[in-house]
Amino acid sequence: MLDGREGKARQKAMDLLVRYGEALGAERFVDTTNVAGVPAYYSPVLLDYYKVTPDDAYDVIYSRFDLDSDEVVEVPRVMVNSCALQGGVDAEGWKTLGKNYDALRMSEQSESASAARGVRILKTCTPYLAGNVPKQGEHCAWMESSAVVYCNSVLGARTNTEGRESTSAAMLTGKIPDYGFHRDDFRVATHHIQVEVPVESMLDWGMLGYFIGAEVGERIPVVTGRIGRPDLIRHKHFGAAAASSGGVEMYHLVGVTPEAETLEQALGARLPLEFIPYGKAEQRRTYEELNSKARDTNVDFVMLGCPHAALEQLREIAGLLDGKRLSENCKLWVFTSRAIKVEAEASGYVGVIRAAGGVVLTDTCSSIAQAVPPGTKVVALDSAKQTHYLPAIMGIQAWFGTTADCINAALTGRWNGRAP
Amino acid sequence: MTKLSGTILDGECRPEGRGAGTGPRTSAIVREAITITLRGRKVVGGYAEGEALVTRDTISGWGGINPMTGTVIETRHELRGQTFKDKVLVFPGAKGSSGWSAAFHVTRITGTAPKALVFNEMTTKIALGAVVMRIPSVTDFDQDPLEVIENGDWVKVDGDRGIVEIHRGPRG
Repeated sequence: MLDGREGKARQKAMDLLVRYGEALGAERFVDTTNVAGVPAYYSPVLLDYYKVTPDDAYDVIYSRFDLDSDEVVEVPRVMVNSCALQGGVDAEGWKTLGKNYDALRMSEQSESASAARGVRILKTCTPYLAGNVPKQGEHCAWMESSAVVYCNSVLGARTNTEGRESTSAAMLTGKIPDYGFHRDDFRVATHHIQVEVPVESMLDWGMLGYFIGAEVGERIPVVTGRIGRPDLIRHKHFGAAAASSGGVEMYHLVGVTPEAETLEQALGARLPLEFIPYGKAEQRRTYEELNSKARDTNVDFVMLGCPHAALEQLREIAGLLDGKRLSENCKLWVFTSRAIKVEAEASGYVGVIRAAGGVVLTDTCSSIAQAVPPGTKVVALDSAKQTHYLPAIMGIQAWFGTTADCINAALTGRWNGRAP
Repeated sequence: MTKLSGTILDGECRPEGRGAGTGPRTSAIVREAITITLRGRKVVGGYAEGEALVTRDTISGWGGINPMTGTVIETRHELRGQTFKDKVLVFPGAKGSSGWSAAFHVTRITGTAPKALVFNEMTTKIALGAVVMRIPSVTDFDQDPLEVIENGDWVKVDGDRGIVEIHRGPRG
């Protein structure tokens, strides 16, 4: 491909992947069969810089930004199973998000051009809930840190945290550097976390993830102790939190995740670099840290669905709202994928949430879209990841608690969350 | 042959430079101009020099910086509110969102990118970010750059040879 015999676009994609592989110190590529990225995602700054309109931007932005090529090349169909992750605007709820028609058009033009080249338009940070579930051992090239950690840890597939440029290049080539999580020896745990308090609820798992990420950074934790058997949603919130406070791309839960039948297996028969207990004091400290960005107990906005809500979460939210009305002073936005929204509509959950005054949105979230209801000062969140990002991005206060705490705030306009 | 001055000068400058935690520094002690050389591995080639901006905190890309202004925005980050534009960024490495490379890629477009990267921990985020920013970048050093380089040092980064030269002027 590098010699150009398979076309200029594949040549430019390989050129970028070679430079990337050299930077990593990788010696070869693996064949990837599953790529998740944001190909040629349009933004005003890119359109301005490259002097293009949404109508003629695809090849230009894909070439010059995604493939880091000085030359504009014609972008062919993707070579392997590829999907588009979340974007910045919901095609239905764009007005709610405060987006203008230009933003919508930008998103739709980029999306249809990707679709025409064979990219699946999943538009979610949870592709594994929307129909893209890699098999164990499959070499993937995924973006989205919360999806990456889920892919490696829960599914036992193999991906590094790829970026926009490397995933766009991999879509055209089916290659990605053989580095990091593609290799057996890299996947073993380095840090042993012993959980001494029962970790049960989604809140508990979010806090544990947030604690571990801050402790281990980019390293790989193995967790033992009072962890029970977490469901998909708990994995989703745990991994997303650990990938935000630190850079955790894979974790092992002994007796739970596929590469950790035993502690010894997870550690690769080596000793951990560090042993870290997680008890009452650590849990308390984590809760306080996540709630350190709020003072005002009047809540004017509740945002749920980070990472995008699973059907069971929409069921829980609808159950808490059934027959009730939101406070006049508070808005509720729930984010999910298009696929799950269709199912939630069929199940009646979207109708219940809407009847209570809430909105179910897709494709994005408040952090990615940089969108909160006008005048928002204080938000309530049930996601440690969103709590990590949103206050910094939007300059607002944020409370962190359970889904029920958040719905309570949406109904009363006040925060009454308590530490577990 | 460039002398591997790092280890030699390290011993000379430490008592005055970082104070080594002993006694107050008095005005009588005048630090002489020094040069320290670190050797590492090329991540991205090319040559650049500039003033060092040093942090012990890892840096988030998307959500951690404002790529329009080249400023760190992460709550509680040591560099919060400071710009890395035209600086030699000396830091442990990257963390957070997979939007790291794209966020730093945009700094190249807006003209707010750092001049060079000097870092410890290799990750896919930082490797890809360095590649698409097209700025000389070096890692895997013979000494910890965070221990050696101070804010305001003049740093010359030779990406191709993996050599980082630190110049510190005389101070009273």
